[in-house]
Amino acid sequence: MLKKMTKNTKSNLITYGIVIVAFVVMQTLISAGSISSLLEGLMVPICIYVILAVSLNLVVGILGELSLGHAGFMCVGAFSSAFFSKCMRDVITVDIVRFLLALLIGIVTAAVFGILIGIPVLRLKGDYLAIVTLAFGEIIKNLVNVLYIGKDANGFHFSTKDVMALNMEADGTVIVNGPQGITGTPKDATFLIGFILILITLFIVLNLINSRDGRAIMSIRDNRIAAESVGINVTKYKLMAFTISAALAGAAGVLYAHNLSTLTANTNNFGYNQSIMILVFVVLGGIGNIRGSIIAAVVLTLLPELLRGLDDYRMLIYAIVLIVMMLFNWAPKVIEWRERHLRFGRRKKEAVE
Amino acid sequence: MALLDVKNLGISFGGLRAVNAFDISIEKEELYGLIGPNGAGKTTVFNLLTGVYKADSGKVLLDGQDITGKKTIDISKAGIARTFQNIRLFKKLSVLDNVKVGLHNKHHYSTLEGILRLPGYRKVEKEMDEKAMELLKVFNLEHAANTDAANLPYGQQRRLEIARALATEPKLLLLDEPAAGMNPNETGELMEMIQFVRENFHMTILLIEHDMKLVSGICEKLTVLNFGEVLAQGKTADVLNDPQVITAYLGE
Repeated sequence: MLKKMTKNTKSNLITYGIVIVAFVVMQTLISAGSISSLLEGLMVPICIYVILAVSLNLVVGILGELSLGHAGFMCVGAFSSAFFSKCMRDVITVDIVRFLLALLIGIVTAAVFGILIGIPVLRLKGDYLAIVTLAFGEIIKNLVNVLYIGKDANGFHFSTKDVMALNMEADGTVIVNGPQGITGTPKDATFLIGFILILITLFIVLNLINSRDGRAIMSIRDNRIAAESVGINVTKYKLMAFTISAALAGAAGVLYAHNLSTLTANTNNFGYNQSIMILVFVVLGGIGNIRGSIIAAVVLTLLPELLRGLDDYRMLIYAIVLIVMMLFNWAPKVIEWRERHLRFGRRKKEAVE
Repeated sequence: MALLDVKNLGISFGGLRAVNAFDISIEKEELYGLIGPNGAGKTTVFNLLTGVYKADSGKVLLDGQDITGKKTIDISKAGIARTFQNIRLFKKLSVLDNVKVGLHNKHHYSTLEGILRLPGYRKVEKEMDEKAMELLKVFNLEHAANTDAANLPYGQQRRLEIARALATEPKLLLLDEPAAGMNPNETGELMEMIQFVRENFHMTILLIEHDMKLVSGICEKLTVLNFGEVLAQGKTADVLNDPQVITAYLGE
């Protein structure tokens, strides 16, 4: 029993360790100036993708339901927080305070959407759930694209038509400008903040998994009927996993919004492609394997940029790496090979102990 | 008063009357057998008692409390636990965690305490570990506490399912063919375990079984189902000598 506890804790500590070491190394390289500005610019996006992958793994790997709308929650977090930051830019002048409030707003809004979407949608299973969450993601993206919000002396004006329809006074400013999105969000997100958010995400997800609630969530994944028979409230725990996952995706969205000066919603950042991309991180890293999600997210975000020098061959190599990773994680022969070596390693370790 | 009192329970699937006018009355700490040919409706009775199916007639009283038509989780909280004919474990969880899921409703701490690892978490988790290990010891599974449930041998999986059901601290334990697929040795061990559980946990047990050695060896009373109807009911020896039961189920 004790061994199991330490084994779990040890595995979690390794995960934290990898993240911390990676951060320290990158931070040192950045301050030493020995890293290209392109790579430096990738640090915050990597943090964003790591948070997204870990949070999606909570739904796909731990709860065992396929959700294809993760980018939708990220979108909600991004726009609600950017809206807040832009309004408050001149009111709250301390950057970090404003950012923390924006973060809170992004997380809460995404969580509320998680609950609202989750209540009807979690009655569905498997493919049906995937399709409906996919639709949700697209709906959010399209809604944001027709949203116009302006502010003048009389307060806020809303429209779904165009800027003229806002009927503002001459001094009014447009905050959300339909397909042009929100411009002029303060660039508050830093690598350090991203790193801290990753640690918080890991802390929440890993501790949840190893708790009473986490066991209930995993029992639903493994056998819903048996879970009900021992008195697990299936709806409650499904909703819990879904909402926490949405809230964390919202946090990633906040980071995203505050890393760019212009925030728009298009297919590549909040659409179907993005949701699939996050799912790819989760599947390649190993469903239910949090550390794997982190590594897959980092590698697959870095790779296309590092291969930029190869021009046309870039996406070809990217595809090959995807296939190789997939084989490494899922091919029966490779799993067998890994197990043989892993078991050998384990036996050696046990002998030492 | 009987612990479980079922009157006139029935359900139809389309035009088929799967269970009809089913009555049973089980006293505290009784070991009761439910037997009958395949398709007689034995598992359907279990599903009705645990709220998986909603009965379209009849009444179920557990310890005086009306649980007719309640949801599965509420029936679990009211005190009925079960095992399944086709084993349903949480396969990717460890053996210990399987039992700890069974303890879920008896040991509480909030989500926040769990995530922040507050003292409440440590205290309750320790209690749960101890309780779960105790149960595993009863079923000779403590050596496998850290194994994934899916990797247990078949007989041990069946025992783990009983341990998990007991973890919910039920008043009534329903066992659906606990000896299915076991060899005579394993069945013998299982019989001893069921007896042990009954005596030490003061448990009332209703079991479905085809192994007549087990049934005649440990059950005090029997109900025989045939085509959804009660064919015979009473003391084990009497029922097994009933000519109707011999024709319908046991054979000459």
